[in-house]
Amino acid sequence: MTELRSAPVPPLREDDHVRGPDDGPPTFFYGDFACPRCAVEALRLREQGARVVFRHFALKAKHERAVPLALAVEAAARQGRFWAFHDALYEDQGRIDDPHLWARCERLGLDLDRFEADRRDPALAERVRRDVRDALRAGATTTPALFGGS
Amino acid sequence: MSIIAAGTPAPEFTLKREDGDDFTREDLVGQTTVFVFYPFAFSPVCTDQLQIYEEALDDLKAQGATLYGVSTDPSYSQIAFKDKLGITIEQLSDFEPKGDTAKKFGAYFEPRGMTNRALVIVGPDGVVRWSHLADSPGDLPGVNLIFDGLTAVPA
Repeated sequence: MTELRSAPVPPLREDDHVRGPDDGPPTFFYGDFACPRCAVEALRLREQGARVVFRHFALKAKHERAVPLALAVEAAARQGRFWAFHDALYEDQGRIDDPHLWARCERLGLDLDRFEADRRDPALAERVRRDVRDALRAGATTTPALFGGS
Repeated sequence: MSIIAAGTPAPEFTLKREDGDDFTREDLVGQTTVFVFYPFAFSPVCTDQLQIYEEALDDLKAQGATLYGVSTDPSYSQIAFKDKLGITIEQLSDFEPKGDTAKKFGAYFEPRGMTNRALVIVGPDGVVRWSHLADSPGDLPGVNLIFDGLTAVPA
């Protein structure tokens, strides 16, 4: 386990999900895919063309779908479709059950069998936990929690 | 009212557990206790606070710490609140005499007759090791403050 102390959010990592222009400081966006406020903010940042690093702040007590959705997006990332799935979830917060995820997979051209296997991979669950722990250590108290950026 | 200071032995107090049993100073012995004093069940900031703290429970448990939510709400309300939030943090009621324990710990907000937003860590020896009183009851302290506060508990 990572040492349990306060700490700033970790700098950019190799496995981070990043989009936007390469120049300028990134905004670290700790979000939850079942959170309407996160959806509004994420789509606003997309509209602005901001440089965003997405990390998970999936709070299981906030919404029963928070963690399953985080895992689904990570599974999509393994097929190179992280941001497409990210946008597809935030653009339609009313459809977040499994059949809706499968429909998104079909629409985005994902291999559904692989998606189903990947989202149950313990390594993805560990990644989500890592991000949540980082957010807690940095003092996050709301979703979304934004750090850095201009 | 000042929050109880580190180094002070925990006072004698009685809170009610969810099952109606007493939770007293004797229950502090042998475990590291984190009291999370919060104003009201079902209020917005308290909701966010307990849901976020719930995420840290495993890590806190690994540090040997047990977290309790404390408010002046009766146990029935606290249990309903806990169920609604989907959390497992045990609730302790300071309902009658109202706020008696919170007052002893300096965690009572007299102007509104409610528990203040405060955190208190008591070591296994029954001595307060760390405490924090929010600048305002509406402020939500990050759970990282508890992480850092636990470093004050002797190994």
